[in-house]
Amino acid sequence: MRSLGPVLVVLAAICALWYLAAIWMNAAWVNDQAAREGREVFLVDLVTETLMQERPVLPAPHQVAKGLYDGVFGQAVTSKRSLVYHGWVTLSATLLGFAIGSAAGILLAVGIVYNRAMDLSVMPWAIASQTIPILAIAPMIIVVLNSLGITGIVPKAIISAYLSFFPVVVGMVKGLRSPDAMQLDQMRTWNASGMQTLGKLRLPASMPYLFASLKVGVAASLVGTIVGELPTGAVAGLGSRLLSGSYYGQTIQIWAALFAAALLAASLVALIGGLERVTLKRMGLAR
Amino acid sequence: MKDTISQAEPVIVARDLNLVFQTNDGPVQALKDVNLTINRGDFVSFIGPSGCGKTTFLRAIAALEHPTGGTLTVNGMTPDEARKSRAYGYVFQAAGLYPWRTIAGNIRLPLEIMGFPRSEQDDRVARVLDLVELSGFGKKFPWQLSGGMQQRASIARALAFDADILLMDEPFGALDEIVRDRLNEELLKLWDRTGKTIGFVTHSIPEAVYLSTKIVVMSPRPGRITDVIDSPLPRERPLDIRDSRDFIEIAHRVREGLRAGHGDEV
Repeated sequence: MRSLGPVLVVLAAICALWYLAAIWMNAAWVNDQAAREGREVFLVDLVTETLMQERPVLPAPHQVAKGLYDGVFGQAVTSKRSLVYHGWVTLSATLLGFAIGSAAGILLAVGIVYNRAMDLSVMPWAIASQTIPILAIAPMIIVVLNSLGITGIVPKAIISAYLSFFPVVVGMVKGLRSPDAMQLDQMRTWNASGMQTLGKLRLPASMPYLFASLKVGVAASLVGTIVGELPTGAVAGLGSRLLSGSYYGQTIQIWAALFAAALLAASLVALIGGLERVTLKRMGLAR
Repeated sequence: MKDTISQAEPVIVARDLNLVFQTNDGPVQALKDVNLTINRGDFVSFIGPSGCGKTTFLRAIAALEHPTGGTLTVNGMTPDEARKSRAYGYVFQAAGLYPWRTIAGNIRLPLEIMGFPRSEQDDRVARVLDLVELSGFGKKFPWQLSGGMQQRASIARALAFDADILLMDEPFGALDEIVRDRLNEELLKLWDRTGKTIGFVTHSIPEAVYLSTKIVVMSPRPGRITDVIDSPLPRERPLDIRDSRDFIEIAHRVREGLRAGHGDEV
């Protein structure tokens, strides 16, 4: 609890900066309006009017908080205006993509560790795959899969998996290789098979690495899903809220959706962090 | 057990054994023309300075290194065949227990790998825990045990599948002297009770003399055997045997052998 003070100070500082930025960035419109109406703008008017616009350049924190609150609690969860509804659409695709990406990442890592040809050939492609801007490739994936008759959450999940497999591959390769020469020699003295060494030594030893990469992977998954929602024509999901917000200049809606996405990502990372603590403690691997 | 030990039945035989490592700085002769016969029931210590090839020789017996010349047989087989037929248990310098397994779980590990039936696994674990005096610690995790107890657990693990040969690579090197004395005493008792053939690598002259029936003195560059001493000490060895005349004489001979092998480099 001793760390609560500094955290609150930093939070307050960010809010203060944000308010100042909102006043500064929204001032132009206020001054414009006032000039058109031929009235003078005093500092008090400037502050109140910049922080209460309907479509501000930069919404103030309280406006975003209200937008977020209305989106979550002010609507029926089935409503197209509900952030819970859109959040669930995004979350379901994220979870599916994360599952596909993590499984693919683990399998690729096992292949890389056990097969010399894969060791030499897979990693450069995995790295190359991450250098391609996902924004450029996402619409193509959606279009191609649509033409194959695959619609719904699967195309989004595949984009999400595309982003999340990479940290898992990198982390798991390191983790599976973490047993030292002595431990591997020991397995040899018992004439253990490759599968036995994998199951009894390499996989358990890689758990700390797995959880570290899953945390990165789940956040990347969410980003992938949101990017995948942008070119679908803004039907549903947090990505569509961002897109429709930008179509209609609804900056508060954009920011509320952004914060909803951030909260979702934070909860997912925290969930994996909790799983990590419990698992590693039970395995005697907690640091 | 000791009555059943037949005289001079060779278990490990090395003839003109050579082992050359290819390194980036060129070839390194780790073992040169090593000739040695280890009989059933022997307790053989390998002693010498770093780089004398004592660990390499032990690893060659275990088929963890592959000789580049000469012959080496274990139980009449090649080392690799012997490894596959579970001829030996190997104790490394570090206990190397898995933190996610209990002590019993760690000892069960080689049994699982070798496919022993579950009920037999439990019996064997209980028996070897008793043998190293760790009964009652089976459900503990490695971090709950001291370093000496962990090393005893790793010896139990090497004994669990009833290999005739126990290969130990400086198993007590990382422990303090008091713990080491106690474990040496226990190891002798265990050897006496089980009649195993033991190959033991050490840096310590008193440890080698106290434990062994045969002391192999080695020297570096190239790694070779400079002296093989058959100990006249009796099988029963209380700790204070280290003050006896015989003990001091053997220790002296080992020291001389080490000095001779080292030439004028010391």
